Amino acid sequence: MLRLHCPNCGVDCDETELSAGGEAHLTRFGPGSEDDDFESYLFMRKNPKGVHFERWRHVMGCGKWFHAARNTVSLRVYGTYPAQVTAPPEALLAEIDAVEPGWRNKEEA
Amino acid sequence: MTRYSAFAIAKQAMRHHMGWDRAWASPSPKSHYDVVIVGAGGHGLATAYWLGRKHGITNVAVIEKGWLGGGNTGRNTTIIRSNYLQDPSAALYEKSRSLFETMSQDLNYNVMFSPRGVLMLAQTEHEKRGYLRTAHANMLQGVETRWIGPQEVKRICPIMNIDGPRYPVLGGLWQERAGTARHDAVAWGYARACSDMGMDIIEQCEVTGVTRDGDKVTGLSTTRGEIGCGKLGIVVAGHSGRLAEMAGFRLPVESVPLQALVSEPIKPCMDIVVMANTVHGYMSQSDKGEMVIGGGTDSFNGYHQRGSFHHIEETVRALVETFPMISRLKMLRHWGGIVDMTGDRSPILSKTPVGNCFINCGWGTGGFKATPGSGWAFAELMAKGHSPLTAEFGMERFREGRFIDESVAAGVAH
Repeated sequence: MLRLHCPNCGVDCDETELSAGGEAHLTRFGPGSEDDDFESYLFMRKNPKGVHFERWRHVMGCGKWFHAARNTVSLRVYGTYPAQVTAPPEALLAEIDAVEPGWRNKEEA
Repeated sequence: MTRYSAFAIAKQAMRHHMGWDRAWASPSPKSHYDVVIVGAGGHGLATAYWLGRKHGITNVAVIEKGWLGGGNTGRNTTIIRSNYLQDPSAALYEKSRSLFETMSQDLNYNVMFSPRGVLMLAQTEHEKRGYLRTAHANMLQGVETRWIGPQEVKRICPIMNIDGPRYPVLGGLWQERAGTARHDAVAWGYARACSDMGMDIIEQCEVTGVTRDGDKVTGLSTTRGEIGCGKLGIVVAGHSGRLAEMAGFRLPVESVPLQALVSEPIKPCMDIVVMANTVHGYMSQSDKGEMVIGGGTDSFNGYHQRGSFHHIEETVRALVETFPMISRLKMLRHWGGIVDMTGDRSPILSKTPVGNCFINCGWGTGGFKATPGSGWAFAELMAKGHSPLTAEFGMERFREGRFIDESVAAGVAH
């Protein structure tokens, strides 16, 4: 079972306490935006086989949102971080670099 | 190819069954094919089959990174039905169901199609209204289904407890000519027929890159060398996003694990397929006597072919109320497959922004039933550039807001 550390209330929670919120750090495009951007915002996802940054809500606990970095193949969790950021923290990225060398190239490819 | 028949079995019996040919050849890849299909699952092989059978294109390779039919083709719960709400879906799935009726004869391979009937249970008032609507829609679409009441449900499936208390059975949507088939045999039968037409089925050959000349696909880099192609068809289910990325376009698809499990074998007790969408469980009995149970998908992206453990408990717990007799069954094994989900829960059979490149994906949790129809329609799309059955399933529908919304109609088990 997947366990994530909620940075809001400090609890290590089971996935049954959580609700998955999909890919993190999307830029929102609303009415009046270009079709490409709107389609991309609504439907296009990276869906990576590897490192994935995603949103979670501690729905059966404190009820608050947070972010997690997780591997979609091994289910390894690299860390969780607060919801109030638009990009993963540098420290976490460095940690992922250490255990998954080359993952950024995969992301760009 | 030796034709399979009672006579052939008798003849082989005299020779201690030592004279059977391999069902399909395993050649090395040639340097160029008119059409290359990536993915030797049911859909990919069915596409190749219909390209040859209906459109006369036989210079075809089907390449597969693992082994033939080792992905979702061998992982599903083998349910075949066509009781969909939306017209484009009903047309495609009904075409597919009708092709299953004659598949064993067409392929000279016993796929064990068993039109035993599929019953979709209504266990809430909301679901009942939904299925009544589907029954009416199916009537207009020419798909034979009907609504039946709880007593009729009990008559068809006596092991069911229809009284609740939590989820009483209020009736069901009954499709008599729906059922199951042997999923591996579907892949093997198509592979044998394709090989017989001179097509190359190349296993253990992983695609590592897509070669383009300008905005057109010209070939593939694989772990077994470069392969040139006139047209490329991508039919790789959960890994569609990866292949699309190599070809240079994006897909509105997310991959999640879907789980299934089987019990120990027991005496025959249920001769239909039952789907209970409110509780996210569906069940049928295999010819070996195992109860085959399908569960829900994980709520988060994943390529781990096992899925979250708690879904098994949820699925079985919910089914136990409706089928009290399964409460003491031991479960033998469980597994997961990676399914590719689109925003409207309908598949994508489409041209792509890249020339000569076609994609067939997004079948989500219900691709097996569509195998022959998907191949039939996708082959027509690849050969002619358009097909009446795929017209509504283009990937541009997300941009244009023309969804084929089956997520509302079919819920999760789909």
